[in-house]
Amino acid sequence: MTFPKGKLIAIMGLSGCGKTTLLRHIGGALTPTKGYVKVDGQIIHELDQAGLYAMRRKMGMLFQFGALFTDMSVYDNVAFQMREHTDLPEELIHDLVLMKLHAVGLRGTHSLMPSELSGGMARRVALARTVALDPMLIMYDEPFAGLDPISLTVVGDLIRRLNDALGATSVVVTHDVQESLKIVDYVYFMANGVIVEEGTPDEIRNSQKDWVRQFVHGEIDGPVPFHYPGGDYRQDLNLKVK
Amino acid sequence: MPVARTLRGIGRRTIDAVWRIGLATRFFAQILLYSGNSFRRFHLIVRELFSTGVMSLIIIVVAGLFVGMVLGLQGYETLKRYGSESALGVMVALGLVRELGPVVAALLFASRAGSAMTAEIGLMKATEQISAMEMMAVNPIARIVAPRFWAGVISMPLLAALFSAMGVFGGYFVGVVQIGVDEGSFWSQMQAAVDFRHDVMNGVLKSFVFGTVVTIIALFEGYDAPPTAEGVSGATTRTVVTSSLAILMLDFILTAMMFGGS
Repeated sequence: MTFPKGKLIAIMGLSGCGKTTLLRHIGGALTPTKGYVKVDGQIIHELDQAGLYAMRRKMGMLFQFGALFTDMSVYDNVAFQMREHTDLPEELIHDLVLMKLHAVGLRGTHSLMPSELSGGMARRVALARTVALDPMLIMYDEPFAGLDPISLTVVGDLIRRLNDALGATSVVVTHDVQESLKIVDYVYFMANGVIVEEGTPDEIRNSQKDWVRQFVHGEIDGPVPFHYPGGDYRQDLNLKVK
Repeated sequence: MPVARTLRGIGRRTIDAVWRIGLATRFFAQILLYSGNSFRRFHLIVRELFSTGVMSLIIIVVAGLFVGMVLGLQGYETLKRYGSESALGVMVALGLVRELGPVVAALLFASRAGSAMTAEIGLMKATEQISAMEMMAVNPIARIVAPRFWAGVISMPLLAALFSAMGVFGGYFVGVVQIGVDEGSFWSQMQAAVDFRHDVMNGVLKSFVFGTVVTIIALFEGYDAPPTAEGVSGATTRTVVTSSLAILMLDFILTAMMFGGS
């Protein structure tokens, strides 16, 4: 799996197939039992803590439900990394925070607390926080989960625009086929921890593989069974066959 | 084989307990390792001192007052049998400074501040705030845990001292104002009998130890909590139960070391 600079890549697959695990490997939260993840020429699991933290400063990650710090205002959430990792004066941080919030359309919320935001707004504030230090690699863990159609389009559009504006590389882990195929450059399909299909959005839409067809078109019948494997149904219901 | 099953169960629980003690010890070492950052940014500790210490003031003041009042009543009833009512001040002060102040304040601290710390950190973990911080290359032990630890360690002796002071006032109110024990002998006997180093400082040392232990338990349980509603509630309960038992057990050991045979 390779993520070229400047590209927006989607990782798709059923729940539990290893998508989020992949992001955690890229971020160095997990150590692989086999293989490696190389970012900017460095193998992640070989880095010591200082090296890993230096690498993470070049990365940004948007968590599924934003993971905003609930004891801080929107402003302080976005300013958090600037205060932690830079010596910028507070006046400059102020301007940068408002610019980041303006980029996601939420400059007016800077004094609100996360509990006062809707799900879509929280996701956008988290996005502003994610790109606070202009990372070279941005990871998105289910950025579209639980959003209304308008918020979904807004977030999808922001992901594309921010990636292009920053010249970054973005990796989006998602279940949302329609929205993600509109914005990404390339797609990897995963199942049981391995890649089962890859290609451009058009190639994915026209894929003849049963697994991909079922997922992309949301079909009930296909290689992914409706029923979780279980014992004999009649036996479970204590029915006797005459 | 019920015997084998029971032995296996005991063995598993013992291994789990030893494993958790090891993890908690490593956690404590990490807190100490990353504490320098907290002291360089002292405002982080001050903020936690407010939520840990200042927010516990009401329960400490009210509980201290009532415990002192009960001590005054019970002490008077007992001392009256021996015609030693004038020693009421000594009894109230020694009881509070040596024992009740540090112990009851620590139990209250574990119930109010300790459980709040566990729930807060457990919820931060469940909502991925701690993971987000790690991904931002900010060490959560240094940024979240260490300031809370030092806030707990600093505020516990102060709260215990306040508890004892309020208790003495409660004892004075009941004994002197309500019952009519001589005010002069209440204060003068207390002043003569309570030794600053032996009684007061040992009480402070006790509360310092209790503060350290309670805060470590609370922070570890929160940090180690499974990221679910059930996991956080279980961790909060464990904080209160484990802290309370640890306080009472340590109190016996410390009392035996400090006052045993004296």
